[in-house]
Amino acid sequence: MKKHTKLPSIYLALLLILMYLPIIIVVVYSFNENKLTAIWSGFSLKWYEKLFQDKSLMEALKNSLMLGLFSCLNASVIGIIGAVGMARVDYKTKGVVEYLSMLPIMIPEIILGMVFLAFFSMLHLPFGMTTLVIAHTTFCIPYIYMMVKARLVGMDPSLLEAARDLGASEVRAFFDVTLPLIMPAVASGALLAFAMSFDDVVISVLVTNAKINTLPIKVFSRIKFGVSPEINALSTIMLSVTLMVILAIVGINKKTEGGKHL
Amino acid sequence: MDTFILELNDLKKNFGKTEVLKGISLSVKQGEFITLLGSSGCGKTTMIRIIAGLEQPDSGSVILEGKDVTMLAPDKRDVNTVFQNYALFPHMDVFQNVAYGLKIRKIAKEEIKKRVMESLELVQLSEYVHRKPSQLSGGQKQRVAIARAIINNPKVLLLDEPLGALDLQLRRQMQHELKRLQKKLGITFIYITHDQEEAINMSDRIAVMKDGQFVQIGTPDEIYHNPKTSFAAMFVGNANIVRGTVEAIQNGVATVRIYYPDEQSGRAAEFKYTGTADVKLVESNQIQVGDAIAAAVRSENIVLGQEMGLCALVKEKSFAGGLSRLTLQLPDGKEIIASCHGMDWAAEEGQFVAIGWNPNDAIIVKDEP
Repeated sequence: MKKHTKLPSIYLALLLILMYLPIIIVVVYSFNENKLTAIWSGFSLKWYEKLFQDKSLMEALKNSLMLGLFSCLNASVIGIIGAVGMARVDYKTKGVVEYLSMLPIMIPEIILGMVFLAFFSMLHLPFGMTTLVIAHTTFCIPYIYMMVKARLVGMDPSLLEAARDLGASEVRAFFDVTLPLIMPAVASGALLAFAMSFDDVVISVLVTNAKINTLPIKVFSRIKFGVSPEINALSTIMLSVTLMVILAIVGINKKTEGGKHL
Repeated sequence: MDTFILELNDLKKNFGKTEVLKGISLSVKQGEFITLLGSSGCGKTTMIRIIAGLEQPDSGSVILEGKDVTMLAPDKRDVNTVFQNYALFPHMDVFQNVAYGLKIRKIAKEEIKKRVMESLELVQLSEYVHRKPSQLSGGQKQRVAIARAIINNPKVLLLDEPLGALDLQLRRQMQHELKRLQKKLGITFIYITHDQEEAINMSDRIAVMKDGQFVQIGTPDEIYHNPKTSFAAMFVGNANIVRGTVEAIQNGVATVRIYYPDEQSGRAAEFKYTGTADVKLVESNQIQVGDAIAAAVRSENIVLGQEMGLCALVKEKSFAGGLSRLTLQLPDGKEIIASCHGMDWAAEEGQFVAIGWNPNDAIIVKDEP
């Protein structure tokens, strides 16, 4: 029989108070009619309306989505090449290479951002969307790499051999067998990476110019002038996007669980 | 001279320091069913992988229809494999799995459909076209794997313990079906198994393998009745190996004495006498008095009786499947098994008995420890 302990309830209470209570308050107050965030005076969608009319915000949203999309696409290609390639070789330095590819998510963001800033200036690369995509791609790669690698470990190597045996070239076997089987892993890795890219401020702010803003940068700069109901509404929107991404990942994992041990 | 569809010449392969294949040569005729029989780790899978092109030999060559394919990629040779774990593509349904080889060869859609249905019919799986491999039983997966391979009409079909994962009843049924299929299609089969009964039931020829070498190649009948080595005799015929020294030769029959074991072990010292048994010699046996020999005797040929010359201790008596078995210890400490139908052994555990056999039932074999 299990022991009765209060620890789980204490943990849950702390979690709710520390993390979910602020979130709930922000979400609720984004529907507040009153301009003052502290006073509730009725339900309204007017802050959302205002948000969608704000051209610079909409521009930032478009930038963020594009940035996330391109970074994830680039990172997917690179991450797949990396994970599939590394799974096929077996040299002594393999561990080092794997460590190297995980590094971008272990280095503090501010340092990574500064490194990019210095490097891009040295190269005289104009700051903007290009530099943003390059920087975001690098820290997106590890997510794809990790997911694909885990999936490949569980894959039966004789599947590829069977494809070769039936007449497929090495390239053909990759596209017919490997790629479809790792696709769920690529998708959940890419979604995770997208969420990270969509949330990033520190690196983005260092590698972009004054004109190109992403949504988090916008939020950050507006908060300087105090918390407004608009910011609450914006946070709520970003929160929902992130939540949807997480739900999608959970969905993908659930769906592929059945076929995992084939 | 016979033309062979597949010839293996002195194949050698090492994995690190382990010699997996120590010089394998084999010539296979068109339409032949050859079984590689051996315990696990004897190199049979490596040999098949070399034929398929999934592995390259360190030396030696693979000749397919007179063409050297040793270094050719697996997709460039007319050989297909049925893998031990089936290796069905989990993301494709039965139809797509079976059609895969034809799709790669860019055969017209209608033609593919026709041939897939034909080969699924051949393995009696027509109703399962749109099932995913995960929705099939072990036996059904096996059939899909076979259909997927034979649809390409390979020159040689390699089967790596295809029935290993199936239960006994299904295995018997599949043995039957495979043999029927092979006859019908006329495809050359190279079949791996460690099950001697399976090998005997299905093969035209059996190649008995041990430690990366062939011990004997021959028809099931030859190997069963005339094993060349003690390993072949034990593995294929389940025979007992009796070792002794030739004491006399008379009229083509050698009298063999079995001695006590080395002084150190001395385990069988309680035997009052050691005794002799007779072994019939054939021309190829170049045996002289004083030679140490090994003879294979099948358990059903061992008889008990006063007039017999060999002393043995009854270690265990058991009855299973209509067969009585006696485990007997010989003076040299080695154990042999005697069996007969029914329960009529006149012997009890712990008793010393006199045993022997008809000289014609003992075959001299090359001894391999």
